[in-house]
Amino acid sequence: MASGNGTTGGSSTTDVYNKARHWLLMPSWAILGTFVLAPVCVMLIYSFLTKEFRGGVIWDFSLAAYDQFFFDRGLFGDGDPTLQWTYITIFWRSIWQAGLATVLALLIGFPTAYYIATRPENTRALWVFLITIPYWVNLLIRTVSMKFLLRDEGPLNDLLMSTGLVDDPLRIINTNLAVQLGLFYSYLPFMVLPIYASVERYNFTMSEAAADLYASKWNTLRRIVLPAVKPGVVAGCILVFVPSLGAFLAPDLLGGAKNFMIGSLIEEQFKGNAGNWPFGAAASMILLTLVMSVLLIIARPQRSAGAKI
Amino acid sequence: MNPTTDVKTYSGFRLATIFCMVILYAPLIVVTIYSFNASNSITVWKGLSFRWYVDVFIGPESTKFKQAAFNSFSIAFIAGTLATCIATAAATAIVRGGQYRLRTPSLGLITLPIMVPEIVLAVATLIFFNSIGFTRGYLTILIAHTAFCIPFAYLPIQARMQGIEDSFEHAAMDLYATRSQAFRRILLPLMLPGIISGFLLAFIVSLDDFIITNFVKGAGIETLPTAIFGSVKQGLKPNIMAISTMLLCLSIVMVTISYFISKWDKTK
Repeated sequence: MASGNGTTGGSSTTDVYNKARHWLLMPSWAILGTFVLAPVCVMLIYSFLTKEFRGGVIWDFSLAAYDQFFFDRGLFGDGDPTLQWTYITIFWRSIWQAGLATVLALLIGFPTAYYIATRPENTRALWVFLITIPYWVNLLIRTVSMKFLLRDEGPLNDLLMSTGLVDDPLRIINTNLAVQLGLFYSYLPFMVLPIYASVERYNFTMSEAAADLYASKWNTLRRIVLPAVKPGVVAGCILVFVPSLGAFLAPDLLGGAKNFMIGSLIEEQFKGNAGNWPFGAAASMILLTLVMSVLLIIARPQRSAGAKI
Repeated sequence: MNPTTDVKTYSGFRLATIFCMVILYAPLIVVTIYSFNASNSITVWKGLSFRWYVDVFIGPESTKFKQAAFNSFSIAFIAGTLATCIATAAATAIVRGGQYRLRTPSLGLITLPIMVPEIVLAVATLIFFNSIGFTRGYLTILIAHTAFCIPFAYLPIQARMQGIEDSFEHAAMDLYATRSQAFRRILLPLMLPGIISGFLLAFIVSLDDFIITNFVKGAGIETLPTAIFGSVKQGLKPNIMAISTMLLCLSIVMVTISYFISKWDKTK
């Protein structure tokens, strides 16, 4: 992440501790190698094993998990394979929901970040602080709060009904909209902060120059400001989209059973004895591949952007 | 009117900012208010009361929550401390270890837990512990938390270390300080704000975690998030709001500490 600008900082390439560097790195390699890297490899292996009925696996190579994900072979497993839409639909819904949450976060987050970055310098830190506080608050608590607020007989509907804006309570909870709102709310600070960092470095004399040349304000924003702060926008979108894609809490607590997303699908495979571990592992591998592709395709040319958050 | 500010300002942006703040804070404020509700129901407001706070500490579910709080805080503290130490060592090697082949892969490995979706990491960790026959419990949670807290501790520490010129350490070594003396007496004190921020972030991230904990905890052990989740699944209850409000205050206190550390650091 930080390697992009690692060489630009004056002191970042010094070698004061070059003799000890391998010793210093050993604890992280030991812990992360054993408890992050190795588990991901074991998960890859598990996705090719045969499921055992009480949860767990039998050590027989099998493509059944991936086959079950993509193909439907009829009730007895001997029919002609047709494309299985159930799981693809769940993945597609997750991408769609995460995408909408990202767009929503961008629509609110960009003006906010821009507004904060154009405040007087001494008040900016306070604004950033205000944006950061919700990020530090437990995500579960924030999601539960959202659930409480959006309920049919919750405070939001009380407010709307007492002001006479609506006659019947809005049914928001257990809909796709609730999930989008929940995801948007969960990761909104991630959108604001990188965009803020980019806008703060933006040289506003360029906007003045554009105005001097009779550009409208909208055109200035679109043709001058936006291209200049694009790395921040891209970083913000990734930071909202990627965690939304695999989110579990917002879909589970706000969406109800009908608005299943990848996170819940995976979780279900490991709950109790009814699950299918190889299938869960395969779904995780597919999600991981999806996320890594997003990161590689979008983040690669933007490496320097990622380094600045 | 000053033409500079005019070019910069977009009239609708202030409205969006206010909207953003309302969205970010409204749910939290509403839950805080309702945690002081005297009523048994979460829907009806019956006046101000501390009864649900009392309920959290001596009510029927208090033993469960106390045990969960103990697990959460002890795990967050131990995992946060371990992750901070490991991250400090790694940052020293990466920022001040010169150019070498393992540098980029190491950086990649350290940031891996942030790149991988949390649910995938949770699945992988569960499968791993299961395949080596490790019984799930307190220790598995602690190990998993230590591992995924490392990048969160690492990033502030690295940022801080990159901001410190190495001339101080060179000066110390010119005056015959050993490398380890230069590290302990020069670099470490200068790094302190970054290390504290790193620890606080790791602590909060560990305290916050639900998904990974839920996968690796095993039966019979709960942390605060898993206990709250279990309770919420059976319906929203006022005592959950009291707990949430307390955790909310704790988070705000911690982020305020970290804010003032960074401020105090800049004025120095």
